[in-house]
Amino acid sequence: MTPAPLLDLMPALPEFLLLLAGLLFLVIGVLREGDGVRLIGPLSALSLVIAAAIILASDKTAADTFGGHFRMDAFAAFLKVLIYVGVAAAILVSQNFLEDERIARFEFPLLALFGALGMGMMVSANSFLALYMSLELQSLSVYVLAAGHRDTLRSTEAGLKYFILGSLASGLLLYGISLVYGFTGTVMFDQIGSLLRDENASLSSGALVGLVFIAAGICFKLGVVPFHMWTPDVYEGAPTPVGAYIASAPKLAAMGLLLRVLIDPFGAWVGQWQQIIVFVAIASMLLGAFAAIMQTNFKRLMAYSGIANIGYALVGLAAGTRDGVDGVLVFMAIYMVMTLGTFACILAMRRQGSYVEDINELAGLSRRQPILALILTILMFSLAGIPPTAGFFGKFYVFKAAIDANLTWLAVIGLLSSVVACYYYLRIVKLVWFDQAAEPFDLPLRPAIGAVAGISAILLIVAVLAINPLFASAGIAASAIFH
Amino acid sequence: MTIELALFYLLSAVTVGCAVMVIASRNPVHSVLFLILAFFNSAGLFLLLGAEFLAMILVVVYVGAVAVLFLFVVMMLDVNFRRLREGARLYWPIGALVGVILLAELILVTGGWAFAGGFETAAPIPSDPSITNTEALGRVIYTDYVYLFQTAGVILLVAIIGAIMLTLRPRGTLRRQDIAEQVHRRPQDTVELRKVDTGAGV
Repeated sequence: MTPAPLLDLMPALPEFLLLLAGLLFLVIGVLREGDGVRLIGPLSALSLVIAAAIILASDKTAADTFGGHFRMDAFAAFLKVLIYVGVAAAILVSQNFLEDERIARFEFPLLALFGALGMGMMVSANSFLALYMSLELQSLSVYVLAAGHRDTLRSTEAGLKYFILGSLASGLLLYGISLVYGFTGTVMFDQIGSLLRDENASLSSGALVGLVFIAAGICFKLGVVPFHMWTPDVYEGAPTPVGAYIASAPKLAAMGLLLRVLIDPFGAWVGQWQQIIVFVAIASMLLGAFAAIMQTNFKRLMAYSGIANIGYALVGLAAGTRDGVDGVLVFMAIYMVMTLGTFACILAMRRQGSYVEDINELAGLSRRQPILALILTILMFSLAGIPPTAGFFGKFYVFKAAIDANLTWLAVIGLLSSVVACYYYLRIVKLVWFDQAAEPFDLPLRPAIGAVAGISAILLIVAVLAINPLFASAGIAASAIFH
Repeated sequence: MTIELALFYLLSAVTVGCAVMVIASRNPVHSVLFLILAFFNSAGLFLLLGAEFLAMILVVVYVGAVAVLFLFVVMMLDVNFRRLREGARLYWPIGALVGVILLAELILVTGGWAFAGGFETAAPIPSDPSITNTEALGRVIYTDYVYLFQTAGVILLVAIIGAIMLTLRPRGTLRRQDIAEQVHRRPQDTVELRKVDTGAGV
């Protein structure tokens, strides 16, 4: 027997780095009992940044490895850089919280690291088997993190609820995958794509049912209506930095997965999946806009805001065009920055040593901590989509793509629901600047939290200058999944 | 051929009998033991089919892990099975109905397949008699599917880390053996010589 040709593992170099780093930190953490988190947190963040730097420095032409199950291209590179940086930021803001709440265990950054590995593999998945395995790796890490504050009922409930509903979604996804495999005879994205693009092949309704189930499974991970039930409870119950983690990078990864699956193998069926995406987008935008009005818990409010934002992103996908995907990528990048910044602000809401989450606690913040108030205002303006903040450009590109694809009515619904959403974002701005001052928050602000909040606010402001390069690089990424 | 046929009927009969006993026996421990016997017999059926890898996996996974876990649960949790069974008689019509529906569906499916014909069946992968199932599986798992195999390993690692993180509590009362400390103990630190007067305590 001739020896098998050596695999070219270079496309998966960032994954190998993260895996080896995770294994190494696991050993270090077990050997150093007690203060492991202080060492492993920054080390995990550092390894994620190095992995992102490797991707930035490497060649972006599409390359497959592991028998075609893993693909590294400009699309995966764009999302991976964002995911790794986002997870690194989430790990850094978590350090103080974990110590304050006396749950500083080294497993927190470690699981976040393994989750980031799973997310990177999700956006690189090039077959349905790889898609499922990477999704499970990411989900399992997040379930455990959500239940990480194991002595409180709410955190345990959040973890359990997320786990059970997530298992249900995995079941839906697997059922869809099995149908697609049964009717097409392959799990590889390229082969399914060329099979469906073939004009002579008859449209098989079995694979179509499979596509619906797959879309439903991924929509659950995105937390969009009608699969959003878990989102507010998990955001509220999970420890706040874990909320920051769940709300940012995994959404990018799930969105990347959805984009690749719908555009690459099922690209020929735009007309079929467009209806699903349009429905999900409308329902998410409306529910996110109206349900958040009643919320007073900042984390629950961010959950509904997240539902609405993913809805806006899906408007771009519903267009089904290259510009639409381009807009989705820009939107998701800006969304991640806004979410991380806002959660960093929530982590700064700390009074006499204990964390508070009610938005009324922010009253009169401008008089006590004007800089934090300014940062929060920029973040809220950006979430509301008010120019010149970056949030405006994110929405602009997805709505423009929808209008270009003759979905003007969808863009109108999106605009109207973002007007409704302005109410609750601007209510926070009003609380911060015009209400009677409450007691001040604990000072000084923790450096990591202040840095993440400040940098995100600055990024959202300077994005005006950098929006064209961002749009262009997202365009290169989007082209990678179109045939 | 006749020996195979006789074995098939023997193993099938024992499997069905065990399955009935799993739900019929009064003692839950007996139920689990019958379940284990049913697994062994199913493994025998797989062997008759020539699927030796599947047979061994069934024994290792289901008998070695799942059934033993059941046994632990049954024996460690103090569940009053007699009370659980009370009222079971009330539900037997519904149970019987579900059973009849399942039977009818099975008859429809197999009957349709046997009599109507003309169904397209997927072409089975041609079997190569020179290699065993295990070898054939090994050839693809460690080559074409090595990525998925390794990912499964990482998922299991994350599961172990998660289980330990959520359940392990450091307890102060736990006394672990610290070999380094034992080796470094010096007699002069721990042994004390005292002069004890005759007839007096220490």
